[in-house]
Amino acid sequence: MKTYLKYGISISLMLFIGLMACMHTDTESSSHQGLTKKDLPNRIDFNLHIKPILSDRCFKCHGPDESKVEAGLAFHTKEAAFVALGENADRFAIVPGDAQASHLLQRIYSDDSDQMMPPPESNLSLTEYEKELLKQWIVQGAEWKEHWAFLVPVQPEIPKVEASFNANNEIDHFIFSKLSEQNLNPSEPASPEKLIRRLSFDLRGLPPELEDIQSFQENPSEDNYQRIVEKYLDSWAHAERMCNEWLDLARYADTHGYQDDLERIMWPWRDWVLHAFKKNMPYDQFVTWQLAGDLLPDATKEQIIATAFNRNHKITQEGGVISEEYRLEYVTDRTNTFGAAFLGLTFECAKCHDHKYDPISQREYFQVFGYFNNVDEVGLIEPYGAIPEPYITLSDKEMEETLHFINNLDSLKEIPLMVMKDLEKPRKTHILNRGLYDQPQEEVEPQTPTFGILETTNYDKTRKGLAQWLFNEKNPLTARVVVNRLWQQIFGRGIVSTVNDFGNQGALPTHPELLDFLAIKLMEEGWDVRKMIKYMVSSSTYRQSSKASPQLLEKDPENKWLARISSTRLSAEMIRDHALSISGLMVSEIGGPSVKPYQPEGLWNEVTGGGGGTTAKYVQDEGSKNYRRSMYTFWKRTVPPPNMITFDAPSRDLCTVKRETTSTPLQALVLMNDPQFLETSRALAIRALEEKEGKPSEAIQFMFKLATSRSADKEELTVLVGLFEEERNNFEAHPEELDDFLGTQSIAKANAKEQSTLAAMIYLANTIFNLDETIRKG
Amino acid sequence: MKNPLEEQSYLMNRRAFLSKSSIGIGTAALGGLLGTSIFSCSSDPAEEVISSTVQGMLSRPHFAPKAKRVIYLFQSGGPSQLELFDYKPLLDKMRGEDLPESVRDGQRLTGMSSGQESFPLANSLFKFKQYGNSGAWLSDLLPYTSKVVDELCIVRSMHTEAINHDPAITFFQTGSQQAGRPSMGSWLSYGLGSENSNLPAFCVLLSRGTGRPFGQPLYSRLWGNGFLHSLHQGVQFRSGKDPVLFLNDPKGMSKMSRRKMLDRVALLNQKQYEEIGDPEIQSRISQYEMAYKMQTSVPELMDITKESDYIYQMYGPDAATPGTFAANCLLARRLAEKGVRFVQLYHMGWDQHDNLPGQIKNQAKDVDQASAALIMDLKQRGMLEDTLVVWGGEFGRTNYSQGALTDKNYGRDHHPRCFSIWMAGGGIKPGIVYGETDEFGYNIVKDPVHVHDFQATLLHLLGIDHEKLTYKYQGRRFRLTDVFGEVVPGILA
Repeated sequence: MKTYLKYGISISLMLFIGLMACMHTDTESSSHQGLTKKDLPNRIDFNLHIKPILSDRCFKCHGPDESKVEAGLAFHTKEAAFVALGENADRFAIVPGDAQASHLLQRIYSDDSDQMMPPPESNLSLTEYEKELLKQWIVQGAEWKEHWAFLVPVQPEIPKVEASFNANNEIDHFIFSKLSEQNLNPSEPASPEKLIRRLSFDLRGLPPELEDIQSFQENPSEDNYQRIVEKYLDSWAHAERMCNEWLDLARYADTHGYQDDLERIMWPWRDWVLHAFKKNMPYDQFVTWQLAGDLLPDATKEQIIATAFNRNHKITQEGGVISEEYRLEYVTDRTNTFGAAFLGLTFECAKCHDHKYDPISQREYFQVFGYFNNVDEVGLIEPYGAIPEPYITLSDKEMEETLHFINNLDSLKEIPLMVMKDLEKPRKTHILNRGLYDQPQEEVEPQTPTFGILETTNYDKTRKGLAQWLFNEKNPLTARVVVNRLWQQIFGRGIVSTVNDFGNQGALPTHPELLDFLAIKLMEEGWDVRKMIKYMVSSSTYRQSSKASPQLLEKDPENKWLARISSTRLSAEMIRDHALSISGLMVSEIGGPSVKPYQPEGLWNEVTGGGGGTTAKYVQDEGSKNYRRSMYTFWKRTVPPPNMITFDAPSRDLCTVKRETTSTPLQALVLMNDPQFLETSRALAIRALEEKEGKPSEAIQFMFKLATSRSADKEELTVLVGLFEEERNNFEAHPEELDDFLGTQSIAKANAKEQSTLAAMIYLANTIFNLDETIRKG
Repeated sequence: MKNPLEEQSYLMNRRAFLSKSSIGIGTAALGGLLGTSIFSCSSDPAEEVISSTVQGMLSRPHFAPKAKRVIYLFQSGGPSQLELFDYKPLLDKMRGEDLPESVRDGQRLTGMSSGQESFPLANSLFKFKQYGNSGAWLSDLLPYTSKVVDELCIVRSMHTEAINHDPAITFFQTGSQQAGRPSMGSWLSYGLGSENSNLPAFCVLLSRGTGRPFGQPLYSRLWGNGFLHSLHQGVQFRSGKDPVLFLNDPKGMSKMSRRKMLDRVALLNQKQYEEIGDPEIQSRISQYEMAYKMQTSVPELMDITKESDYIYQMYGPDAATPGTFAANCLLARRLAEKGVRFVQLYHMGWDQHDNLPGQIKNQAKDVDQASAALIMDLKQRGMLEDTLVVWGGEFGRTNYSQGALTDKNYGRDHHPRCFSIWMAGGGIKPGIVYGETDEFGYNIVKDPVHVHDFQATLLHLLGIDHEKLTYKYQGRRFRLTDVFGEVVPGILA
C-alpha cells in the first residue's frame, strides 16, 4: 500500500509538471508539430502562414540584420526576397508560381548538408508541413504583404452574426462571427454571482460586496449591471487596480535595485498615477506627461512629477563601477521600456546589432536612444548620498494645495522626487559598437523610427516630439498596443497574445479586425480608457460562463476564440487583498509611503550583510499599515516580498507587461501557513461567528460565500460542516492543541466549548482560503 | 500528545473515507485525490507530454551525461587566487615595485583603485607548497583542500567580462550581466527535470563568512527562474525553524488535522474541476500533495543530528552550527543523496579590498575543511563520480595592492582577467591543473576559460549541448551561454 501510494503520487506530480509544461507553450504556439499535408489551408496567407516561418527559421541569416545577411538574400522585405542571386544574377529564391525554379524550395528540400536550409549547425529545421506551406505559397503566386502591425489600422466592416447569439455590441459581432467560422458557439451567460465576482476583480482587484451580488441576483437587468459597472469604475479601488498594472510596466520599486539596493522615494509619482486613473485622464495625455511633462509649455509641477516614470529604472551605487557605462545602461532601460510599453516591440534586440527579426536597425535604435540621452544625471551615484540628480522638492504646503493627490501621511516638510530634466546643451549620441559604452561610432540625431515603411517626421528632436509622434493618428502601434493590453486585463489574453511583441516573432492577432476597430474607437473617443473598459465589459462575450466542456477544451485549449471566458487565477496582489478584504482587516487608505507588512524574519539581513542603509533589515510596520492593499507593499528589488514573487509578481527589474500564471507547491505553502493568511483566517472566523451568532453551519456558509461569491451546495456544506465538527471534537479532546492554536490572543473570556468552536472555525477559514475557487476570478 | 495510532488509522482509511463521502465523484477522480490518477487519463493525448516533461524538456540528454547533479560552492566576493591557488614567486622578488604598464596593457580598473598613484605589486603573505601526486601548488590557507588535491581539477585560467560584483555574479549565474535571465540551476531544472518528487530540483543555501562579515550582498534574483516557469526557481533552504518559507503548520495544528484539511480541499477542488473543467485545478491538487510531502521531507533532510560523529569530524566543528558553510556542505550532500539536481551554496565575504591577510585567513578557514570533507564524503559513498562539485567566485583579484602595502597588510582590487576555481567529480579529470597565468599573475598565457566556456562545459557534463538547450521568449531563443561558449575538452575525464 505504502509503495503503491508513493508511486502514485509521483505520477500525479508528473501530471502536474506536465500540465505546467503544456500551459507554458504560449510562445511556441506557432509550432506546426504534428500537422500534415492534409491540414494545409486552401488559400495561403503571407502574414498568417509564411512570414512566421521565414522570421523564425530564416531571418537569423536572411533578415533585417544587415551585417549577418548571407548570399545577399533576405526575406524581411519584398525587394530583398525577390532579388536576383548569384554571379550572373540569374537565380531567384522565389519565382512566383514556379516551384521548380525557386531556389528556396530546392534548398529546403535538399538532403545535402552543404545545401540544406536551414543549415544543420543553426539547430533550426522545418517540418514537412512547413516546407509544403512554403511550396504552395509559391505555387499560388507568392503574394507578399507588409507586416500587419506597421500598417495604419483601417476601419473594418462589422461582421454579421446569427441572431440567436445575442450580440450586445460590436465586440460580439467580431467574436461570434469567428466562432461560427470555427464551428463553435458562445457559452451560456455566467451566473449572476460569478459575473459580478469577475467584474469586481477585473475592475477593482477586489472581491464583490455581498450586497452587490444579491442585488444582481435579484435584478439581473442591463440597467443594474451597468449601475454596478459604473460604481466600480468610479471607485478608488479601480484606480488602484489600474495603477497596479502600470507599476509593472513602469518597473516601479522602492529601492535602487543594484548591489546595496538603497531606498528611494518614488511613491509620490505612484500617487500621481493613482490620481490620473481616478480622474480618468486620457491615455495620450497620461503618457505624454510621463514622457515629456517637463518639456510642455509652462510645465506645471504636476506635469514634472509625471516624468518620474523615466527615473524608475535601477540605479547603481556600487563603488568602482564606471559611471558612464551605467549612465548608458539607464538610457538603454528607458529606450527599451519605451519600445515594450508603447510600441509593443522588442527594441532591446537592436542595441548591439540590427534587429534579427524586425525592421529596427541599430542606427534607428540609437536614434530613439538619443531622445532619452540628455538627462542631467550620472551613472554612479554617491553611496549613501543625497537623492540622485535631477530631482524636484515637494513642499508640505504644495502637497496640501496644488499637489493634494500626494498622500503625505507622515507630514514631511519636504519630499524630494527624481524626475526628468534635460541638459541645456544636448549630449551627443553615438551608435555603440556591440552596444558597448566605450566603443562609440558614428554620431546620430534623435529621430522617430520608420520600420522601413512610415514617413520620417519633423517633430522636435526632444521627448516631447517623440510623444507627439506616438499619438499621431498615423502611428500604427500606439493605440493597438494599449487596447490590446486592456483586452488582456479584461479577457485574460491579448488579441495579440504577445502583448510586448507586435513584431515578426510575435503572435498574430486572433481577431485583427477587432483589434483595429478598438484601436480606432479609442482614438476617436479621445483615448478614454475608462470608456473602453466599460465597452469591453458590456459585451456579451465578457458575460459568458467560464465552464469548459471537454470538447471545447480540446478544440480551443488556449481559449483563443473566446467561446467561453477563461477563469484565471487571481494575481499575487489580488490573492492577498481578497483575504484582507473578506476578513474585514483591510484598511482602505489611498496612496502614501510604501508600507512594510509582515514578512518572515531575516530575509533581508541574510543577504544584505548590514549594507543597504534603511533596507539592511526589514522592520515590520505596526498597526494599520499591515492591512493596506498589496500594491502599497514596500518593494525591495533584490529581495522582493516572498508571497508576491511566489505568485508570479515580476521582480520589477525591467518593464513587464505580461505576468505568467503558474502553479507550484510553494504557493500552497503560502496559503496554508503564511501568518498573514492565518491572521485573516482568524479574523474571518470571528467575523462569521459574530454575524451568524455562533451558528457553525451558517457561519461556514457565510465564509464560503465571501470567499467564492456563491453559496456552497448541500454536498459541499456537508463536507465542510463535517470537517468542522471533527476538528471541534479534536480540539475538545486535545486542549493543549487548542491553547497552542489560539495562542496568546485567544478569546479568554469564552468558555471551553466556545473556544474550540472558534478554533475549529479558524481552521475552516484556512480550509476555505486554500480552495482553488477562492483564488479564481469566476 | 496525540495518539499516533489515531493518525495512523486516519491515513489508512483515507481511501474509504474519500470514497464514501457525500460528493459523488467518479472512482477515477478518487484515484486522483489519492495520487493514482494517471490511469484515469491514459486516453489523454497529453500523456506523451507528461511522461517526457517529468524528465525536463529534453526527453533524453543530447549525449551520455557524466554527472547527474551539481553542487556549486559559490564563493561570493571574489576570492584572491594569489593567496590560494596561483603561486607567483616573481611577486616575492618584485614586491613593492610598480605593475609594469606593459603587463597591465590597458586593463580597465575599478573606480576603487583607478585613482591610485602607484600599483605596488603585492606577494602573498601565505606560503605555497606542492601537494599530491599532481604536485599542484596550494597555499597554507588550505590545509584540508591540499589533502584532496588529487581529486580536483584546478582551473587557473578563468576570466570574465565584468569587473564589479553585481554584474559579475549575475553573469556567472545567468550568462548575462544585467538581471532578467534564468539562473544556471533553473536551466538544469528546466532541461533535465527532477529526480525527486518530494523536493525542488534546485535548492539554495546561504552562509556568511567570518572574514568580512559585512561584505557583499546577494540578490534573490541570482537563483531566479527569469522567464522560465516558476517551478524552476531555486528554493532557499534556511537555517532555523522554517527551513523553507511557510513550511510549518501553525502551532496547535497536528499533522493529521492538516492531512484532513487537504483531503477536503482536494475533494472540493475535484468537484469543482468536474463542473468547470479547467485542467489547472488538477495541477493545483497535485501541487498541494507536493507541498504536504515537502512538509515531511524537508525537515527530515534538514535534521543532521543523526549523522555519525565521524562525519562531524570530517566536516569540522562548524558543521553542527546551522547556517554555517560547513553545515551547508553537509546539507548539500544530503540533498544530493536525495537526487536534487542543483544545489547552490553561496558563501559571502570574499571581498578583500583591504586587510586582506587577516580577512582571508578567516574566510579560508570557514570553507577549507568542509569543502574537502564534501569531496571525501561523496567519494566514500560512490557519489563523486556522478556529482559535479564546483568551488569558485565571480572574479579574481589584482596582483597589486589596493591602498598601502605594508609588511603585514595590503588589499587587492577586483580583477577579471584571470582567476582560479576548482571542479571535481562528475566527469572532470581529477588531479590536474588547467591553464596558466603569466609570472605576474595578471594575464592568462595558456588555455583561457571564459565564463561561458565554463557554463558550456558544465552543461556538457550533464549531457546537454549548450547550444541546444534553448527557451523561446519574446521571439528569441535564449541560452545560458547567450551566443558564446565552447566546451573545454582539456578538463574532461
